[in-house]
Amino acid sequence: MKLFIKFDINTICTLYLKEKLEEQNLNFSTLGFGEIELEDNLSIEALDKLKNNLEPFGFEVVENQKSVLVQKIKDAIIELVYTDDNNNYKSSAYLADKLNHSYGYLSNVFSEVTYSSIENFIIIQKIERAKQLMIVNEMSLTEIAFLLNYSSVAHLSTQFKNTTGITPSAFLRIIKKRRENLK
Amino acid sequence: MQKNALHILLADDDEDDRLFFKDAFEEVKVQTKVEFVFDGLQLMEHLMNPDTKLPDILFLDLNMPKKTGKECLIEIKKTEHLKNLIIAIYSTSSSDEDIEDTFIEGANIYIKKPSDFNALKKIINEVITLNWHYHTSGLNRDNFLLSLK
Repeated sequence: MKLFIKFDINTICTLYLKEKLEEQNLNFSTLGFGEIELEDNLSIEALDKLKNNLEPFGFEVVENQKSVLVQKIKDAIIELVYTDDNNNYKSSAYLADKLNHSYGYLSNVFSEVTYSSIENFIIIQKIERAKQLMIVNEMSLTEIAFLLNYSSVAHLSTQFKNTTGITPSAFLRIIKKRRENLK
Repeated sequence: MQKNALHILLADDDEDDRLFFKDAFEEVKVQTKVEFVFDGLQLMEHLMNPDTKLPDILFLDLNMPKKTGKECLIEIKKTEHLKNLIIAIYSTSSSDEDIEDTFIEGANIYIKKPSDFNALKKIINEVITLNWHYHTSGLNRDNFLLSLK
């Protein structure tokens, strides 16, 4: 006996794709035409896993090479800022070494995609870490300045104020009062 | 990288100010989609409506009739589904006390309303770029405080 089956490729693909995404416990919505919006940003590992899961069935994650490079730059900067024995390693040399591109190239791609500079991003990350150290570890500014390789406490204070618009002590006061309000 | 435009909601009763902001948003590099509400009551009604798609940033004028920006801020922070909204307060006041007070109530950004257009454009650029880093780089939003004056 012969049966004729009519099928809709689009439905099949969408269903299959959904199944694979659900397997990885991702929160997503499908936007049609192969576009998927993920609610969270995937780590490089999770993204690789997803690609490997989809590949045997002919699905390919299309991505913008520049965006991937920017993500790698950001990851490298975060690693640098959160490593405590960086011995004044120059960030431009560190990034160029780690990512195998000239610093000039990295810097151009970064500005093109994020509309802000690598230097600016490093400062934002350092100030974020300083905030954490103040709140979570209750470290003094002197200790933080030393840990994050600032030449002086004044330098850290000024950069904090320039980046956030408020002084470190005002920041601490605000966060403490917010917590009291929540109690 | 940014596929979707940044969704901005602006609450201001003054038409000139709304236009001022609208023009500034149009000139920044990051793509934005701006919606408006005209006072505090309308703002809260809009945010409480389950069909509303919540904005990426709410720009809130501190001085509005019917319900002030500060009252809205307090209400938003007490509402479960709204309390994580990124809120930028703007006002003509630049007193440190007013600024600190607004931050304690839960605002993320405080803007002293500038009088010239280029200054506003620069401020908005800064706000949007920094907000975008918070959005894409896993920074802790609870520590997101920015004051521009």
